[in-house]
Amino acid sequence: MSSKPGPISLTKGNEAIAKGALAAGLHCYFAYPITPQSDIPEYLSKHLVERGGEFIQAESEIASVNMLLGAAACGKRAMTSSSSPGIALKQEGISYMAGSELPAVIVNISRGGPGLGSIDPSQGDYYQATRGGGHGDYRTLVLAPSTCQEAYDLTIRAFELAFYHRNPVVILGDAILGQMKEPLKEWEYQPNTEREAADWALSGAKDRPSRLIKSLYLADEALAGHNERLQAKHERMRQDLDWEEYATEDSEVLVVAFGSVGRIAKSSVRKLRSQGYRVGLLRPITLFPFPEERIRELAWSNRLITIENNTGQMVDDVRLAARNVADSAFFGVSPGRLPSPEDFLQPILEVWEQEEARK
Amino acid sequence: MSGQPQADERVAFALPRTMTGASLHFCPGCHHGIIHRLVGECLEKNNLGESTICVGSVGCSVFIYNYIDVDAVEAPHGRAPAVATGVKRARPDRFVFGYQGDGDLAAIGFSEIMHCANRGENVTIVFVNNTVFGMTGGQMAPTTLVGQRTTTSPGGRNMNTDGAPLNMSELIASLEGTAFSARVAVNSIKNIKQGKKALQKAYRAQSGEQGFSFIEFLSACPTNWKMDPLQANEHVGQTLVQRFPLGVFKDIVE
Ligand SMILES: Cc1ncc(C[n+]2csc(CCOP(=O)(O)OP(=O)(O)O)c2C)c(N)n1
Ligand code: SF4
Repeated sequence: MSSKPGPISLTKGNEAIAKGALAAGLHCYFAYPITPQSDIPEYLSKHLVERGGEFIQAESEIASVNMLLGAAACGKRAMTSSSSPGIALKQEGISYMAGSELPAVIVNISRGGPGLGSIDPSQGDYYQATRGGGHGDYRTLVLAPSTCQEAYDLTIRAFELAFYHRNPVVILGDAILGQMKEPLKEWEYQPNTEREAADWALSGAKDRPSRLIKSLYLADEALAGHNERLQAKHERMRQDLDWEEYATEDSEVLVVAFGSVGRIAKSSVRKLRSQGYRVGLLRPITLFPFPEERIRELAWSNRLITIENNTGQMVDDVRLAARNVADSAFFGVSPGRLPSPEDFLQPILEVWEQEEARK
Repeated sequence: MSGQPQADERVAFALPRTMTGASLHFCPGCHHGIIHRLVGECLEKNNLGESTICVGSVGCSVFIYNYIDVDAVEAPHGRAPAVATGVKRARPDRFVFGYQGDGDLAAIGFSEIMHCANRGENVTIVFVNNTVFGMTGGQMAPTTLVGQRTTTSPGGRNMNTDGAPLNMSELIASLEGTAFSARVAVNSIKNIKQGKKALQKAYRAQSGEQGFSFIEFLSACPTNWKMDPLQANEHVGQTLVQRFPLGVFKDIVE
């Protein structure tokens, strides 16, 4: 993919995602309103249509995700977006798309749960996003942007990854990211969409045998073989691991946090650094695959603390990554409460003091 | 399906090129096979084989792609109209049809079918009404007749607790997005011929970009009705048509 710089603007996270999708050659988008993501359908109902793309406001999230499945089966760049309760409804379609090996982008600007919860920020959908979410033994790639720029860049990346792996890709943001305005530098690139699905997409069986896209494998051993191929694909996704590190060269305490909270935690770490504490940050950008090898490496020389806007989900993955080397402390801000950098100082310092006491 | 005609034979009834020729897995006396055949014949007649995308569903017809030789995608249970919408919007130049049973379409998929029709999506849905959930063992469907015994209505469908059967063709005909809606049967040669004519019309609605087209086939399920094939065939013509009258309920196709 070739790229050149585009316009600079002050843009909301949700709009950054919509703009990123357009830059990535979005062809079909399927909506259903829900706060705090409704800016995405509102933006695309105008701009996607102006570019000749297809926009549908569906009757439900179940319908919109199945429209996505249909468009994906035709090899088109297609997307849907929602927030937590709507993403729960989309899980049927996501499982079918994973089983049918279809590329698509699903955006979750998550909100507080369980149930109707609230429209406040929350990272309560980490398990759902990283464990597949629907029924069956599958995974989606999960990208967790922390700034509006990253939301834009990762949306473009999401389409590339979806088509490369022929798998659904989830973008997991939250109300902070979706509603925040920041300078955004767009870039233009020519996605090579012409041939990317030429050898599998449905288009009518002209001058070739008919094609079939399905997830049903009834014959003896057929499903086992299919699951093994999917498993191998999940392994291949490791090549696309991504994370940000800050001040880890000589750190003794490592904070692990993702998305908006990763960014807030970075401010806390910066502040503590300025006071002379050797603390660092690792912010996973891909939540699946998870940067477990790097965390394990750092666990040899760091005490770990995982910080999340939930009651403890990613911390399981951090502990698994560091198993037999170190444990991870956990500090959670409950969904429905907006964390600030000050909230994290004390919990990080406590871990620092434990480390000092050990020495 | 086998072989070429001998010297003293002539082909009276060739398999359409839109069908694979694989032998059907349906129970003896099941009407799904006849309906598949009509779907295939009309695709061939309209020269649609190379431009069609079929959306399958979940039920006894789940393997439609083994019999109709066109590009196909599987939809989750009840969602074929939404999947077909996505396909058609992605490829408006292609012919898109879905094939659904009555559990699939009128129970779990009721919302998707009504909204697909209401949007006037330019797709065709073939609806097979056998008054039961066939594949899962003959449970009550939204189309089960009042008093009909099924594995989940052992005392017969009860109007007071289960409601009355849904007449989908009439409901869909009432929507502005619908270009064509008809109910047909395949229990006699005459009805098969009429059914084929109606199916042709439904296809024409789509080819002419006139809006949503819907065709309901009354269909025998001898296995779950606990009848032999002949009894089941008679049951369609004598009993089903009382509640589900045959006819064209909407037709704006030019
Ligand atoms: C979400 C979901 N719920 C239930 C089922 C089980 N199931 C498979 S087929 C079917 C009903 C099929 O009945 P119908 O649509 O009437 O088709 P028929 O088999 O009679 O042709 C059901 C309930 C399923 N596959 N998925
Ligand atoms: S169970 Fe009924 S619908 Fe299914 S194949 Fe047998 S006869 Fe046909």
